[in-house]
Amino acid sequence: MEKIWEGLTQAAMLIVGFDPDLMEITLLSLRVTITATLIASAIGLPLGAWLVVNRFRFRRVVIAIINALMGLPPVVVGLFVYVLLSRSGPFGVLGLLFTPTAMIIAQVIIITPIIVSISHQAIRELWADYHDLLISLNATRRQRIATLIMDGRRALLTASLAGFGRAIGEVGAIMIVGGNIDHATRVLTTAIALETGKGEFGMALALGFILIGLAIIVNLGVHMLSRTERGSRW
Amino acid sequence: MVTPLLPLKMENVSVRRGGKTILGPITLQLADEGISILLGPNGSGKTTLLKTMHGVERPNTGTLQWNVGAEDARLRQAFVFQSPTILRRSVLDNIAYPLTLRGVKRAEARDRAEAFAARVGLTRVLDQHGMVLSGGEKQKLALARALILEPDLLFLDEPCANLDGRATRDIEEILLAVRAEGTRIVMSTHDLGQARRLGDEIWFLHAGQLRETTPKGQFFSEPQSDTARSYLRGDLLP
Ligand SMILES: Nc1ncnc2c1ncn2[C@@H]1O[C@H](COP(=O)(O)OP(=O)(O)OP(=O)(O)O)[C@@H](O)[C@H]1O
Ligand SMILES: [Mg+2]
Repeated sequence: MEKIWEGLTQAAMLIVGFDPDLMEITLLSLRVTITATLIASAIGLPLGAWLVVNRFRFRRVVIAIINALMGLPPVVVGLFVYVLLSRSGPFGVLGLLFTPTAMIIAQVIIITPIIVSISHQAIRELWADYHDLLISLNATRRQRIATLIMDGRRALLTASLAGFGRAIGEVGAIMIVGGNIDHATRVLTTAIALETGKGEFGMALALGFILIGLAIIVNLGVHMLSRTERGSRW
Repeated sequence: MVTPLLPLKMENVSVRRGGKTILGPITLQLADEGISILLGPNGSGKTTLLKTMHGVERPNTGTLQWNVGAEDARLRQAFVFQSPTILRRSVLDNIAYPLTLRGVKRAEARDRAEAFAARVGLTRVLDQHGMVLSGGEKQKLALARALILEPDLLFLDEPCANLDGRATRDIEEILLAVRAEGTRIVMSTHDLGQARRLGDEIWFLHAGQLRETTPKGQFFSEPQSDTARSYLRGDLLP
């Protein structure tokens, strides 16, 4: 209990004091995760809708694979990306290993299946409702997907936020591909792992509280933005 | 001169669902002008027949042959579903939607949507979200959204089921006006009074079989089939 209080006060002091190191790793956390969430959403949301609208032979198999990928341990993803980006790997020449870009790539791979899966669920219900009308109006496949994404945008926002939540708290993969290098690839989660390893539980807890606060603020902020929109009940 | 959409030739069309034949086989030619009213008890296959003619339901046997290509045919007809589908958008955007699908500019689409909303009496709720409308208003929205395409052929599946007397009369007036403009109408109803008021001919469907396609006067005075006779008397049908 004492440790938790210690962590809380330390967190408060770090925040109030605008600790420059804290600022740096917090901003990098946000930058990496927001970028990864945007990229994963750009891939995942249309893919989720596409899987609903298209009936092809291996659809069930593809959905099963995506659901399985959701449970993939991040460390395995990290290892995979590490091998691809390492100097001897196929993309070694790009020199991306131990950069924020590598961390973004790993996070995109981790959260895209989640976003696809959740958006697929949400869009499926909307599609059941819209199906006859869109067929009747002769909407093209593209128009169907666009309509479903547009009208299901609030549910899809939830899918993106779930992806964000998973990514911002992820440590295994970005530790491997980012390397937790001070002033380069250190983010909140890897810093927490480091402080814990050093036995600096107060500092680790403080960073943990900041991480939680950040996740809550982003979620609230996004929901508030979407609520100001007219007709947001639907 | 545009090639006319009709006649539509349906030959031996049947629909199987869940292991049994729920419609047909039906052989039918849809031509001429006017309003055909589809009568029949619940579950007789009215919705299935309308959807199959329109093409949102695929027949298991038989063929449908339009006077024009299938793609063109689809673009020239519209359907008002029994339970109206409301897009998660404003009433105005709901009505404008079919036009935006066809590449009409948003501002123009909205202008025309406003005119059609006025036609069905939805001006007051134009800016509301479609999902908050009452049941009757939703049906009017669906009608406006179908009319905005100015179709050559209009299917309506019990379009007045949730409407009060006044609204029903308004809709009937609109349908007669649309008919006078040359739109062919096929609609189902359970309202015999409406069938008398609107129909040029009556189709009677029972257990997936089309029992008659008879001019209105004749149908009500001397129906051709026993089932239609009992239906008109209000008897329970086997
Ligand atoms: N997908 C399906 N699977 C099994 N049975 C079906 C399916 N769709 C429709 N049916 C059955 O086909 C029959 C005809 O249905 P349909 O909706 O065409 O009737 P309807 O004449 O429009 O009835 P109502 O007046 O109640 O609207 C019903 O008995 C219905 O249960
Ligand atoms: Mg029906």
